[in-house]
Amino acid sequence: MDVTTATAREIASAVAAKSISAVEIAEATIAQVARVDGELGAYLTTTPELMREHAAQVDARIAAGETLPLAGVPIAIKDNMCVRGTRTTCGSKILEHWVAPYTGTAVQRLLDVGALPIGKTNMDEFAMGSSCENSALGVTRNPYDRDRVPGGSSGGSAAAVGGFAATVSLGSDTGGSIREPAAFCNVVGFKPTYGRVSRYGLVAFASSLDQIGPFARTVEDAALVYDAMAGKDPHDATSVDIPVESTADHLRTDLRGLRVGIVKEFATSDLGAEADACYRAAYAELEKLGAELVEVELPTAKYGLATYYLIAPAECSSNLARFDGVRYGLRVDGADVGEMYEKTRAAGFGPEVKRRILIGTYALSSGYYDAYYVKAQKARTKIAADFARAFEKCDLIASPAASTPAFGFNAKSDPVAMYLMDYYTIPVSLAGLPSLSVPCGAVVPEGGTHPMPMGLQLASPLFSERLLLGAAHAYETATKHAEKLAPRVAVTP
Amino acid sequence: MSIAERDVVVTPEIRAKYEVVIGIECHVELKTASKMFCGCRNTFGGEPNTNVCPVCLAMPGALPVPNVLAIEHMMRAGLAFGAAIPAYSKFDRKNYFYPDMPKNYQISQYDMPLTQGGVVRYWLPDGTVREAALTRIHLEEDTGKSTHAGSADGRIAGSTYSLVDFNRAGVPLMECVSEPDLRSADEAVGYLEALKRTFVALGVSDVKMEEGSLRCDANVSVRLRGATEYGTKAEIKNMNSFRSVHRAIESEAERQIAIVESGGRVIQETRGWDEAAGVSHSMRSKEQAHDYRYFPEPDLVPMEITEERIAALRATLPVLPIARFERYTSELGLSVAAAAQLIDGGLADYFDATVSAGAPPAAAANIVLADLSRLANEAGIAVADSHVTPAALAELVALLDAKTINSKIGKDVLARVWRDGGSPKAIVEGEGLAQVSDPSAVAGFVDEVLVAHAQSAADFRAGKENALKFLVGQVMKSSRGKANPVLVEQVLRERLTS
Repeated sequence: MDVTTATAREIASAVAAKSISAVEIAEATIAQVARVDGELGAYLTTTPELMREHAAQVDARIAAGETLPLAGVPIAIKDNMCVRGTRTTCGSKILEHWVAPYTGTAVQRLLDVGALPIGKTNMDEFAMGSSCENSALGVTRNPYDRDRVPGGSSGGSAAAVGGFAATVSLGSDTGGSIREPAAFCNVVGFKPTYGRVSRYGLVAFASSLDQIGPFARTVEDAALVYDAMAGKDPHDATSVDIPVESTADHLRTDLRGLRVGIVKEFATSDLGAEADACYRAAYAELEKLGAELVEVELPTAKYGLATYYLIAPAECSSNLARFDGVRYGLRVDGADVGEMYEKTRAAGFGPEVKRRILIGTYALSSGYYDAYYVKAQKARTKIAADFARAFEKCDLIASPAASTPAFGFNAKSDPVAMYLMDYYTIPVSLAGLPSLSVPCGAVVPEGGTHPMPMGLQLASPLFSERLLLGAAHAYETATKHAEKLAPRVAVTP
Repeated sequence: MSIAERDVVVTPEIRAKYEVVIGIECHVELKTASKMFCGCRNTFGGEPNTNVCPVCLAMPGALPVPNVLAIEHMMRAGLAFGAAIPAYSKFDRKNYFYPDMPKNYQISQYDMPLTQGGVVRYWLPDGTVREAALTRIHLEEDTGKSTHAGSADGRIAGSTYSLVDFNRAGVPLMECVSEPDLRSADEAVGYLEALKRTFVALGVSDVKMEEGSLRCDANVSVRLRGATEYGTKAEIKNMNSFRSVHRAIESEAERQIAIVESGGRVIQETRGWDEAAGVSHSMRSKEQAHDYRYFPEPDLVPMEITEERIAALRATLPVLPIARFERYTSELGLSVAAAAQLIDGGLADYFDATVSAGAPPAAAANIVLADLSRLANEAGIAVADSHVTPAALAELVALLDAKTINSKIGKDVLARVWRDGGSPKAIVEGEGLAQVSDPSAVAGFVDEVLVAHAQSAADFRAGKENALKFLVGQVMKSSRGKANPVLVEQVLRERLTS
C-alpha cells in the first residue's frame, strides 16, 4: 500500500488488519510532508512528535483488540481548530504565537478513533476569504498550478489533500470555505448541516454559519470522517440532538428514484462555454445514473451575498472583540488600555478582517440595526424558505460549487469580486443545509495553459447527510473525475 | 460643581417642596454550583485566576452552555413577584470593551427577558406596606475584577498597571430593574430589603452586599410636588451598603434640588458615590454613553418555556416574606420589629412550627427572639439545628403561659432542653418544678423566712422598701425557685403590714 495515495478506508483497514502499523504510516506521512510542503505551503505548523505519539497509542490500542474506524489515518487540521499544546493561529498575526490550552470536540473525536494529526493548515485570516491570500502567515499554492490559489478560506486543508500531503483534512465552512477550495483542488469537500458537528474549539468567525467538515479524495473518506465527529456535544449549545445516521456504510451506486433540482436562477451559461459544458455534462451524468432532473426556483438566492455580508460581519465584529491583547495573543503596549487595544488590533488584524469588523460594527450600531441586521435576518429566513419549497419538488439540488476554477494570485483585488466566488455556496449556508463539492471535470481557466479542476455542489435538506453523501458517491464512482487530473505541484513519489 | 450648587442651601422648607423619584437597578449573583456558561465553580474569592477555564476566559473557540439552575432561579424570582414568564426568551450580546470582561461582550438579555413586570411589596420601619413595580428581571453573566496598582488610592487614574482576576467572570447574575416608583431613600431601602429577603427565602442568592453578590444603582430625579413630568435623572453607582444607598439618594436629591432652585438644569449623567467623602462625582454624561450593539447571541439557542414548567416552578415557591410579615403583624398581632426580626433572622419557619404546635404567638415570638436566639448565638448554631424542637418549645411556652412554671424555672428548663433535648413538660413533672401557687404552701415558706431574717422584716416595716426584694429572693431560694413570685410578694406584704 502506498501510504501517500491510499484512502482513509484503506489505511484504517490495513492498520486494523495489522498489515501496517500506525507508526509506519506516521513516518511515511511525515516524510511526504517534508518532501512536498516546501512548495505547496499547505501547513503553518506540522506536529510530527504529536503524530508519532498518537500513532504509538493507536498501535497499542489495535494490539489490545480495539476497533478504531480511523486507525492510523493521517489528518490535517485547519488552523482555526484548537489542538491542546499546539499553535493555533487562524492565519493571523494576532494569534501567531498562541498555543491552544485545550482540544476542540471535533478534533478530539477523530483522535479518539485513531486519526493521526499531521499539523495545522493555512487559511484566510479568521476564515475570511476565498483564496487563502488573506493569510498573514504564509502562501499556499494550488497543487494543480503553482501560480494559482488553492481557494479559501480552508485553502491549506484543501491543498494538503489535493497535493497528497494528507489523506484527509478538516476545514470550516461559513459561506463556502470548504466547498470552494475543494472545487479548486480536485477533492471532495463536505459541509454538514449547521449544528451537526460541534463548534467547540473552532475559533468563531460567524457563529450562526460556521460548520466544520472534512476534505477527502473520496466521498467515502469524507463520510468516514463525518461519521466519527458528528453528533450532539454538551460543550456546544447549538449542536443538535438529532440521532446521527451513519453515512459511510450507506453509500449508493445509482441515483434511481431521486429528483435532482437544477436551479433556474443559477444559469451556468453565464460562466463561459467551457464551464457551462462541464456543468451540463455533470447534470447529464446525474440523469444517466437514474436521477430525474427537475427545474427549481430560488428567487431570493440572489440576495444571498448581500444578506451574508451583513450577518457574517455582524457576528464577526463581536466574535473577534476578544482579541484585545489583555489575556493572550499579540499585545502592542499603549499609554492606556484604550490605546493598547487600538495598537494591538491595528497591528494584529489584516485588511479584510478589519473591513468586516467595521462593516459588522456599523450594521449593528444604533439607528442602523433594523435597516441592516434585522433585515438581513428576514432575508435569511426567506432564502431558507425558498430552499424548503424547492425541496418539495426535489431531493437534491445541483449547482456549481464556485463561480470559476482556481484563479491566479492577486487576481481579485476588488473585495466584491472575491465575495462573488461564493455566489452558489452562500445561499446554502444561510439555509444551514448540508452540501458538498465533488470533482466534476476540468476546464482551462482564463489565462491558463492547462485544465483546472471544477466542483459540482450538491445540497440536500437539513440533516439528510446520508442521502447527500450517498448520491455524491454514486456520481463520483461513475465519473472518476478526480483521477483524471494529476497534481503539478508537490508531485507524488 | 457649579457656582449654583455651592450657593443654594437646601433648607427643610425648600426640600419639602420637592418630590424625589427613584428607580433601582440591582445586580444579584445567583447561588448555583457552577458559573452561568461553564463548569467552573461559582464561589466567592480564591487565589486570582484559579477558578477559570477556556470558556470564562474567552479563549478562542470556547462556547457558552447555559446553566439550567440559574435560569430556573430567575424564573422563580420572577414568579415570587408575580412577574410574567414569556413562552419564548433568548440571550443577547451586549458589546463593549472592558479588560475585565473577557469576550468584550456580555451575554445578557435585551428585548426578550426571562421575566417581565411584577410587583415588589415591601414594608417601611413603621410597618407601612408599599409597593413598587418591576420592569423586568433578566439573566446575564458577571465580569471579572480589576485592581489598579501604582496609584495612591487604588483608582485607575494615576495607576501604572492593572491586574485582572477572572474568578468572578461568568458568575450568573440577574438584573432587576424597577419602575421609578420609589419616592424616598427610606422607600428605596425598604424595596432593597424586600428583594434581599425574598431572594434569601427563595434560596436563589446569598445577597451579600459586602461580597458583591448584591450591587445596585439608583436612578434619581427630583420634581416639584404635584408635577406630572419626571425631572432629568442621574444614575448613581458604587453604593456598597443599604446605608450608603440611603445616604447617596439623600445627597443626590439635595444636589439636584440645589441646581433646580438656582435656576440650573440637571444633566443626565452617571455619577459615582464616594462613601468616605459622602458625595458623588460625575463619571460620564449621556453623550458618552455606549452603543452596546445588542444582537441575539448566536452561540445559544432561544429558550421555549412551557406552561407546565412554569407551574412546576411555581409549586416550589416558599411562603414569601411579605406574606409572613402581614400575617404576623395583623393576624398574629406581633410588633413590626418582632415580625421583621423573625423573618430576617431566619427564624420564621421555626416560629411558624412553634405556633402550629399550639404556642401563643406573642409568647412564642418573645422566647424565640430572646432566650432561644441568645442560646443559639452563644453556641454558634442555628435555632433550627438545636435540640429544642418547635414542639418542645410550644410545650415550654404553654407551661409558662399557664403559670405552671415561672420564668426563672422556664429559663432553666430551656437550658436543659437546649443541652440534652427532651420534653419540658416531662422535666417539670419528673423533677417537681411546677410553680407553687397554693397560698398556704407559699405562706409556709414566707413564715420560715420571716423568722430567719427578722432584721430585714423590721427594716421593711421601718420603711425600707428594698428589704422586701431581699425577702422575696430568700423565699424563692427556700422554695428552690418554684414559688410563684407574684404570690410571694403578696403574702409577704400581707404578713409585714398586718
